[in-house]
Amino acid sequence: MQKLVEIVAGVAGGSLTATGVLEEHLGRIDARESEIHAFNLVTADQAREDASIIDADVKAGKKVGALAGVPIALKDNMCTRGIETTCSSKILQGWKPPYDATVVTKLRNAGAIIVGKTNLDEFAMGSSTENSAFGPTKNPLDISRVPGGSSGGSAAAVSAGFAAASLGSDTGGSIRQPAALCGVVGVKPTYGTVSRYGLVAFASSLDQIGPFTSDVRDAATLLEVISGHDQMDSTSIPQPATSLVSVLDHGVKGMRIGRVTDLPEGCEPDVLARLEAAFDALRTAGATIVDVKLPSLQYCLTAYYLIAPAEASSNLARYDGVRYGNRVDAADLNAMYAATRESGFGEEVKRRIMLGTYALSAGYYDAYYGKALKVRRLISDDFARAYKDVDTILTPTSPSTAFKFGSKTDNPLAMYLCDVFTIPTNLAGHPAMSVPFGVGADSMPVGIQVLATTMGEQAMFKVAAELERAS
Amino acid sequence: MSEPISKETVVKVSRLARLSLTPEQAEKMTAQLAGMLEHFRDIDALDLANVEPMTQPYPLKNVMREDVEAKSLDRQEVLDQAPSAESGRFRVPPTIGFDV
Repeated sequence: MQKLVEIVAGVAGGSLTATGVLEEHLGRIDARESEIHAFNLVTADQAREDASIIDADVKAGKKVGALAGVPIALKDNMCTRGIETTCSSKILQGWKPPYDATVVTKLRNAGAIIVGKTNLDEFAMGSSTENSAFGPTKNPLDISRVPGGSSGGSAAAVSAGFAAASLGSDTGGSIRQPAALCGVVGVKPTYGTVSRYGLVAFASSLDQIGPFTSDVRDAATLLEVISGHDQMDSTSIPQPATSLVSVLDHGVKGMRIGRVTDLPEGCEPDVLARLEAAFDALRTAGATIVDVKLPSLQYCLTAYYLIAPAEASSNLARYDGVRYGNRVDAADLNAMYAATRESGFGEEVKRRIMLGTYALSAGYYDAYYGKALKVRRLISDDFARAYKDVDTILTPTSPSTAFKFGSKTDNPLAMYLCDVFTIPTNLAGHPAMSVPFGVGADSMPVGIQVLATTMGEQAMFKVAAELERAS
Repeated sequence: MSEPISKETVVKVSRLARLSLTPEQAEKMTAQLAGMLEHFRDIDALDLANVEPMTQPYPLKNVMREDVEAKSLDRQEVLDQAPSAESGRFRVPPTIGFDV
């Protein structure tokens, strides 16, 4: 399968056509989408039209964009004007947004070809896509296993060659964990790097958009295009995009890589073995491995599963059957709200709305939400101390490789534990990415997570590129 | 936060959240929330008295833009996506004369 950068060079240089590239990807979708279910919607007609415009531009000698002709899939929680955006929820089924998300505008301006909207856990709440109202996505490497979540469709689309790249959103690991489970690269940038305008909000202080690609260079290329300040997002960092592709060949000589000595328990031994191999590879490449302590890491799950549902319960109050989405009619307004939300939301979404509403309610606010915010500060302080001594930190992305369908659906807490290594980054607002690094005992891919401090993307990409070279 | 969450509290919270749970759903939800809240007690052991809460990754400050006229969303396009609209407005069921 072609890399994103090969497509860009080929299309701009005339050795490939956008139409030809697109048809190859649509052919793979035709062949396997019925068993994988990566997409909620494939926009083949519009994609063909867009590709023919790129080809005409190239033929006419016009300058084309940085992603001209690249087939890209979007997680179905990013608004696309006039194109159904569902968040894999019945409550939004059929909704066609009246505007494009900033990332969608940026992709289109760069000449990317949007091939469809990918499946997710409803409203991005889950770690396996089993919470989608439209049925789960299968892991393309073994269809008896989950692709991870919540951006499982976006990860599967790249893994199966349905798109050269995709975008996901990451609130507690929803890009990195599915990337690890599907054997692709997934990046959660620094909070505020990529505009969230037009991303359907889950937990606003944690959500961040990022890329899925088949390698590190493609991820750097795509992230450079979608990053940058946007006045439509008040949390957007007022700085231009960081140069990332330029540092990929710098190596890691002299870099200090953190090994967390008090990592939370519960990680499978085959995954930990790959982590050790990653440290060895970086040491061989000239980096120094430094032990760091993050004592508050063990409390991350609690802090996250109070803060994220609290924010979600507020954000999801807007689904009331009035302005968009679906309505269940009733005699009066309050009865309509309750009937609409009862019928429109799935079980996990309701559970999190309930948990969040409870954590924010009078009498419990200080005991739960207030405390969780303080724990968030401890975690942030732990990282600040650690980053005085190291440039990046390495952990597993996920405690295990891709698991079987149904193995965690009866126990919400077991599912939540999938995020134990990815959550801390979101709480701190830092960047982190998952890079495939070998396989586990079951021959399924293992992802290694590279963490860095705020705006530390260059260090993170240097290490990720080195791991890729060594794998 | 020492007492386990009761079914009555769950029903009250469901009303606050505008979710109508059946008695069976409320039963199941109570058990699941109780399990999670039990797990979340791990942070009770921490001394948080002098810790500043962290509401977001960056210090809050007002973000302003130039006050320039710009096109907003197309009204008809927005209303076309509403479950019910009439005369340029969203239409809702009666809001008064009922118990809330």
